[in-house]
Amino acid sequence: MTDPILSIRNLTVDLPRGADRPHAVEALTLQVQPREIVCIVGESGSGKSITAFTTMGLLPKALTPSSGEVLFEGRDLLTLPAAEHAKLRGRRMAMIFQEPMSALNPCYTVGDQIEEMFEQHTTLSKAERRARTLHLLDEVQLPDPPRIYESYPHQLSGGQRQRIVIAMALALDPALLIADEPTTALDLSTQAQILHLLKDLREKHSAGILFVTHDFDVVAEIADRVVVMKQGRIVEQGPAEEVLTRPRHPYTRLLIDAVPRRSRAVGQDLSRSPEILRVAGLDKTYHIRGTMFRPARTVHACRDIEFGVRRGETLGIVGESGSGKSTLVKCLIRLEDPDNGAVWVEGTNIAGYSRRALHPYRKDIQIVFQDPYGSLNPRRTIGDQLAEGPTNFGEPRAKVMARARELMRIVRLEPEALNRYPNQFSGGQRQRICIARALMVEPKVLIADEAVSALDVSVQKEVLKLLNEIRDRMGLTVLFITHDLRVAAQVCDRLIVMQKGEIVERGTVDEVFGTPKHAYTQKLLAAQPGQAWEVPDIASLPPARLDAMGGLI
Amino acid sequence: MLLFTLKRFGLAICVALTVSAISFGLLYMAGDPAVAIAGENASSVDIAAITAQYGFDRPLLVQYADWLGGALTGDLGRSWYFDLPVTQIVTDRLGVTVTLGALAISFALILAIPMGVAAAVRPNSLIDRAALFLSVVGQAIPSFWFGLILIVVFSIKLGLVPASGSASWKHFILPTVVLGYYATPAIMRLTRAGMLEVLSADYIRTARAKGLDTRKILFKHALRNAIIPVISLAAVQMGFMLGGSIVVESIFALHGAGYLAWESISRNDLPVMQALILVFSMFYILFTFLADLLNAWMDPRLRVG
Amino acid sequence: MTHTPPVPPVREVQPSPRQMMLRRALRHRGLLFGGAVMLVILLIAIFAPLLSQHSPYAQSLMARMKPPVFLGGEATHWLGTDALGRDYWSRLAHGARVSLMIGLFAATISALIGSTLGILAGYFGGRVDMAVTFLINVRLAMPVVLVALAVVALFGGSLTVVVTVLGLLLWDRFAVVLRAATMQVRKLEYVAAAEVLGASLPRILWKDILPNVMNHLIVIFTLEMAHAIILEAALSFLGLGVQPPTPSWGLMISEGKEMLLFEPWLITIPGVALFLLVLSINMLGDGIRDVTAPEGRN
Repeated sequence: MTDPILSIRNLTVDLPRGADRPHAVEALTLQVQPREIVCIVGESGSGKSITAFTTMGLLPKALTPSSGEVLFEGRDLLTLPAAEHAKLRGRRMAMIFQEPMSALNPCYTVGDQIEEMFEQHTTLSKAERRARTLHLLDEVQLPDPPRIYESYPHQLSGGQRQRIVIAMALALDPALLIADEPTTALDLSTQAQILHLLKDLREKHSAGILFVTHDFDVVAEIADRVVVMKQGRIVEQGPAEEVLTRPRHPYTRLLIDAVPRRSRAVGQDLSRSPEILRVAGLDKTYHIRGTMFRPARTVHACRDIEFGVRRGETLGIVGESGSGKSTLVKCLIRLEDPDNGAVWVEGTNIAGYSRRALHPYRKDIQIVFQDPYGSLNPRRTIGDQLAEGPTNFGEPRAKVMARARELMRIVRLEPEALNRYPNQFSGGQRQRICIARALMVEPKVLIADEAVSALDVSVQKEVLKLLNEIRDRMGLTVLFITHDLRVAAQVCDRLIVMQKGEIVERGTVDEVFGTPKHAYTQKLLAAQPGQAWEVPDIASLPPARLDAMGGLI
Repeated sequence: MLLFTLKRFGLAICVALTVSAISFGLLYMAGDPAVAIAGENASSVDIAAITAQYGFDRPLLVQYADWLGGALTGDLGRSWYFDLPVTQIVTDRLGVTVTLGALAISFALILAIPMGVAAAVRPNSLIDRAALFLSVVGQAIPSFWFGLILIVVFSIKLGLVPASGSASWKHFILPTVVLGYYATPAIMRLTRAGMLEVLSADYIRTARAKGLDTRKILFKHALRNAIIPVISLAAVQMGFMLGGSIVVESIFALHGAGYLAWESISRNDLPVMQALILVFSMFYILFTFLADLLNAWMDPRLRVG
Repeated sequence: MTHTPPVPPVREVQPSPRQMMLRRALRHRGLLFGGAVMLVILLIAIFAPLLSQHSPYAQSLMARMKPPVFLGGEATHWLGTDALGRDYWSRLAHGARVSLMIGLFAATISALIGSTLGILAGYFGGRVDMAVTFLINVRLAMPVVLVALAVVALFGGSLTVVVTVLGLLLWDRFAVVLRAATMQVRKLEYVAAAEVLGASLPRILWKDILPNVMNHLIVIFTLEMAHAIILEAALSFLGLGVQPPTPSWGLMISEGKEMLLFEPWLITIPGVALFLLVLSINMLGDGIRDVTAPEGRN
């Protein structure tokens, strides 16, 4: 083995006083070899990003590395003067970030921003800089480099912008590339392309890549070595194949066990069950009026949507951003009025009802949103928010509060929590509260709109389990809106695939995932990362052996 | 960009028309203008004569159209006090006020922007605290009182600058300071807040990851973005300053348009008042229009569709 | 959007929003200072008749232009007397009533106008928003001091007229800020959830929107209160605010202006009072803004 490019030894980064633990990262040791992709994987707050930022010298001021060393090309970055560290950035080590939409300066063309790399670190002439930039644009597979060169960031899509950031990072052939969740904000198909590009570039540029992610599928797709972190400590590291299929540490096992399987555990027969919701011929077109800055245009957000759901069934609606699934949801809960079509709830078509006529039917369809932080009013107690629905439908207070207490128990929260405010709960707890709030009015249909997408995988698992339990126990019908194919496969009975406002494929999970008919579905399935990885059955692994400190033996 | 300019221009015209209607309406707010001209002891015959002479008996809308038509061709009526064309009286005095306004906004910008940037670069440092202190204190000092204190100290006690008049550039020093300091805290705070926000933006992190030197990060990447809202604010403040020059001009006896406004009020010379309100509004509308164009030009998200 | 790598959340058992605010308030020096000064001035204004032995209107030709004690004056008129022999302290204390009343009432009127417009524009968007934005533009284009002067000149300078004019002129910032704040809150999912749960429009505005834009409203209220107080003083200074012999700080400075050369304390004392009042209100406002910084999101 050659010398490592990056060797972190015993790194400890201190958190400010008053935090929930003294160190953001503790006694961390890892190495990155040339042409090697090392994935740091962990849940939020595990310290994985902080490791990356320490190496780049971009830590927020509140955090300070207190001991250990970060050796890069023979020099300890922690003792290097800031100015020297800055000279290495961009030239010898480069970084790609999570949020491509905001990673580029809106005021300058992307060509200008890439050229800055040469301006800062080399003495190339203007013409040479331009030539090199165009070549880079070509290398990251952007179409028509001269046009892209002149473009401003806002004229490019998220995937294109991420390619620009990658081009920038590769401009000076750095020895180390750090990627912090570079595909998390992207659609599945764009993610696949970017991952492919990174693997390609590793070969061509012989750089080592430190790749930070929370997604085990991405790890399986790209990693040579895996480092698993929990609360600032490495719990396990090793070759990807080893860690993914034979995890040894209980925490790694827990995480991998929480990855949704690609098939439904038990299918249920619902053919006898009555149809509770039927949507037919639903259309919604937005006429976006020209603003000061944009000409008017028309978007067909939903076109001729048709489907039915039976009592007790979970129907998955799958699609990428812009597929129209959010608009469909808004039409169902009537935050938007559909242009055409019918929405039957147990035989009553509510699509054409006025707001007033709709009121009694409102409670039939309820929703749990994606953002656990935005969906609870920070200024009202949980109890007050749970009581909102039944109060609006005229139920007496005492009965409402009794029901609220019962529902809190069902979603496994203390009934005392009713007197508290949302800021006193974690993301997963808030989603439980949102589920309870929706159930307060005893809906017939519950829409889960990306309801677990913002949660860590272990929390996600719990919430999914809860949703399933509630559905079975209350005979609830669930519309499960998601972009995550794994989650869809695990919880849904049947699936609908949407693209550009239309349903392009439908069927049971096995039909849609096993024998997809539409080209788009096939493409979507092919774009999933880590397909070669068979998630191991954790129960069949030998018991974990730990020392007193919780470390592996 | 052309479309943007046209639409923005249309808006400016609409606002201008509405404001003109309001300033015209002012004339009628306090009752019969003929009585106001003739004086309280005038006979009904005099009043009737004046009503006929000024056409106050015509429908309001006709009178407004007449006045607006005049205003568009540069005729704002005749002063009741001087019996001279209002346009002439106002344009004679405008030079002083516009000079003062331009000096004051330059003073404010030169003081506020470097202070705001320095404060944002080192939050909670000594310079940040000093800037914050100055802005809190500055905002609380009433300008007319500040003007008087400056006169006491610099004109009377030290004899460095003249206390009143507009004969030389020296006469403009104190008025510039008094008018300018009032806009400084707002501009400084916005610069500071804008810089702080921009400095924590993702693209600044990208710039740091590229290894750019600090100067380039601050001035090329950060300031360029942070300055855009400051331009709008400066235009607004400049408009406010012209309107607010009345206080300063009356303290320093600068015979500008603000001083004229004060005189006209005590002389009950409504046509001049009307014209001044209109002129100051137009200045404000013009400044904000130009600032929007400048912003659109500086921000490619607006410039390039 | 994550700007910097996430610093793991600070954990203790999280207190309720109100408790957190109170805790932050008690640690905020600017807020405490501003509040204390404001409280003192408020008490002086309320108890003005009890705190001064002389009437603010009583003239005395025998006791004109007496200097304050710290410039060698007597204790009976500890802040001296003005050109008409009126007790300066008594006028100052009664003047605080005028300033505070004008500030409070004018800001209340503008708050009602501005926040109604702003919230409606922010909530409904579209045409309502266009109309409100237009109104704001028109309002901003009109020179405040000039229009106020003209109106006071036409209607005479009573307290009511000054309050009404300022109230009708100073609503723009309420509208601008609350419009923006409401737009942000409106997008949040709890508003959608309330709608889906059958809440009526007034209920949503009252329970979900208003409490979450309230901090902005309070901050702007303090700003505009200070603004109104300064404007009243400026109008009175120009002789077109409240009329003599009402004790107003602006009027006191205006009257003292004549003696600028010989008795500068005549303008210094009401000027400092004005400065302290405005300063305390602004510091209170800044403090409230810091203390009510949006919690809930870590």
